[in-house]
Amino acid sequence: MLSRTAENLYWLARYVERAEYLARTIDATLRVTALPAAYIGKTNEWDSALLTAGVAESFYQTHEEANEHNVVDYLSFSADNPSSIRNCIEAARLNSRSVRTALTSEMWDTINSAWIELQAVWSKGTSTREDLAKFLRFVQETSLRFDGSAYRTMLRNDAYWFSRLGLHLERADNTARILDVKYHVLLPEEEHVGGPLDFYQWSSILRSVSALTAYHWVYRETLKPWLVADLLILNGTLPRSLASCYDNLVRNLDQIGVAYGRQGPAQRHARGIRNRLEHSNMNDIFQHGVHEFIQEFIADNSRLGEIITKQYLI
Amino acid sequence: MAVAFDEMNIPGGDLRPAYQELARWLKETPPEALEYRRQEAELLFRRIGITFAVYGDSESTERLIPFDVIPRIMSGKEWTLLEKGLKQRVRALNMFLRDIYHGRDILRAEIVPDDLIFQNPVFRPEMNGQQVPHDVYVHIAGIDIIRVDAEDFIVLEDNARTPSGVSYMLENREIMMRLFPDLFARHRVAPVERYPDELLSALRSVAPNSASGEPTVALLTPGVYNSAYYEHSFLADKLGIELVEGRDLIVKNNEVFMRTTEGVKRVDVIYRRVDDDFLDPLTFRPDSALGVPGLMSAYAAGNITLANAVGTGIADDKAIYSYMPEIVKFYLGEEPILKNVQTWRCREPKDLAYVLDHLGDLVVKEVHGSGGYGMLIGPAATKATIEAFREKLKREPEGFIAQPTLALSTCPTCTASGLAPRHVDLRPFVLTGSKSTTIVPGGLTRVALKEGSLVVNSSQGGGTKDTWILDE
Repeated sequence: MLSRTAENLYWLARYVERAEYLARTIDATLRVTALPAAYIGKTNEWDSALLTAGVAESFYQTHEEANEHNVVDYLSFSADNPSSIRNCIEAARLNSRSVRTALTSEMWDTINSAWIELQAVWSKGTSTREDLAKFLRFVQETSLRFDGSAYRTMLRNDAYWFSRLGLHLERADNTARILDVKYHVLLPEEEHVGGPLDFYQWSSILRSVSALTAYHWVYRETLKPWLVADLLILNGTLPRSLASCYDNLVRNLDQIGVAYGRQGPAQRHARGIRNRLEHSNMNDIFQHGVHEFIQEFIADNSRLGEIITKQYLI
Repeated sequence: MAVAFDEMNIPGGDLRPAYQELARWLKETPPEALEYRRQEAELLFRRIGITFAVYGDSESTERLIPFDVIPRIMSGKEWTLLEKGLKQRVRALNMFLRDIYHGRDILRAEIVPDDLIFQNPVFRPEMNGQQVPHDVYVHIAGIDIIRVDAEDFIVLEDNARTPSGVSYMLENREIMMRLFPDLFARHRVAPVERYPDELLSALRSVAPNSASGEPTVALLTPGVYNSAYYEHSFLADKLGIELVEGRDLIVKNNEVFMRTTEGVKRVDVIYRRVDDDFLDPLTFRPDSALGVPGLMSAYAAGNITLANAVGTGIADDKAIYSYMPEIVKFYLGEEPILKNVQTWRCREPKDLAYVLDHLGDLVVKEVHGSGGYGMLIGPAATKATIEAFREKLKREPEGFIAQPTLALSTCPTCTASGLAPRHVDLRPFVLTGSKSTTIVPGGLTRVALKEGSLVVNSSQGGGTKDTWILDE
């Protein structure tokens, strides 16, 4: 397939995944900030939402302080923020248009309808919390529909694999960023372990990757930082865990390698990361430092993106 | 101006046979149901994204072409005649192009004046003596046809460069079948859906000899911002070929390759929807970012087929148009089946004098214009506009032709105040491969939605209809 087509599919999947992640981040933040002050602690949750979205620096270039109103607007609707939800959907639609031939009609319909709704219903942003909740649900449903359409209607060929690569790479990056921003509450040495403050922080982490229920099914325990980290980093059964993302990345890259009859640095690099995850345990990670571990992972993950681009997309 | 031919009703109250079933159905169908389906059709068009871009319109860069749910119907007999005339005309167009870029018999016979060719900006000297595979120049022709009475079809324009609209022909049918299954069950409508297959086999048949095995065909688009981008992606999809932009292609050793995830792959045939001027910055406009550097050398080396060929603009130029009847006779020795609109060539002093005297009754068109831009519609123009045009004409008479304002036929059309007659034209698509010329039964019917308006161009607010050829 055309390199440009593969590149568009890859980025399309990334944009859709990112939009959903931003919606989840806002949703989780709203929940925490609605709690009585004693449960929240001194941190500004809106600051941490900006950090997990990776846009704190650009936000502060035009804003003095982070509050619900301006952060929600910046993450959702701002034209100045290149990765606001609106810009993600617009970029996804533009990418879709230029690779329509590689999309199934269901995928196109999802993106195009979302784009139409964005303009028709959400062009002025949201004015009430109910409105915002509706908007966030719309974004999450768009992503689910898109993902589901791809899963159910695409041929299992390179077009599908490249779009999955974008999705899992983006997803791994998102999960890692949450962990990185919140790692201080995961440190077992911190005081008040198990207090209400940490409990709500952890549950908000889990919520932002839609893994709160999953946690209970997997561990049948009250929320513990150790286990939260284990779930998000090492548990291969959770679709958003780093381990699971890398199982998929390795598999999709192998499928491409087999189809093309050739392997390359992307396959090797992805396998290296997966093996490291496979041979880690939480004990080592905490010993080594969660922050350091995650920082390395984020760098490795974005390096994989560069390698894939060089090997296939240009 | 003559009274427009009514496609549905015979003066005096009878219906033309082809419309009888439709009329019965319209009587049974309440107007609300029609309106409901019209809205549904619009929603479908929007969701599928069947849009076109309007240049210089910042409000909305993508617009829908209005779709009218009342089909335009022609009898099989009428179509058979039209089809014969179209094939004849396109055969002559191809022979004319071959001649102009090679022996130039027609110039020596003094049927077409030399300067109309050699001083014409759409003439491509680069194509002189250039062999094109199978001598096919115009692989895809869109011939604009109007109807003025019960017997005659008249050609308004030959589009021999990159005619568009075929996606609307196909999508209009799909949407009609979805919305009006009952109406279809009551007619025998000849299908149009094999068009993409016919196009692909025509394109494959003209692959260069150096193509190995199954030729690789690609569609070259200027990109998502082009007004016909929807059509480009639609066709590439239906044909199962890559939709490429200039940046996806590279030329190496006079061969054309596309960049793929598995390395470069040779391309043999390019269905290009990029104008001559932008095809190759090394040969044509150096500022073109849409083209492929070196494409013309690969073309000259015979390693790539371009459809349509380079330089076909000379055949659909409005100045050449007026010679088409003579062109048909010259190459085929046959009487043209399809007539031309009477045309005054302003370059000829006698004609110019006539045109200047009758500006208020005529349509004056720029020789190189298209899409309804830069024309004067005498009967609808103000005095000031007419006078301004008079000056333009005197300054540059060779830039214009004039035609009588024709009474384009009318078809019943949904309007805000119910069904009403509106003027229509028809653009059938004629495909020429190495062995045969084919036309799927039908074409794109364009309709002027404003009462009395004769302008059917989508860029000027015209709409489209499904075109039914009844199988009898």
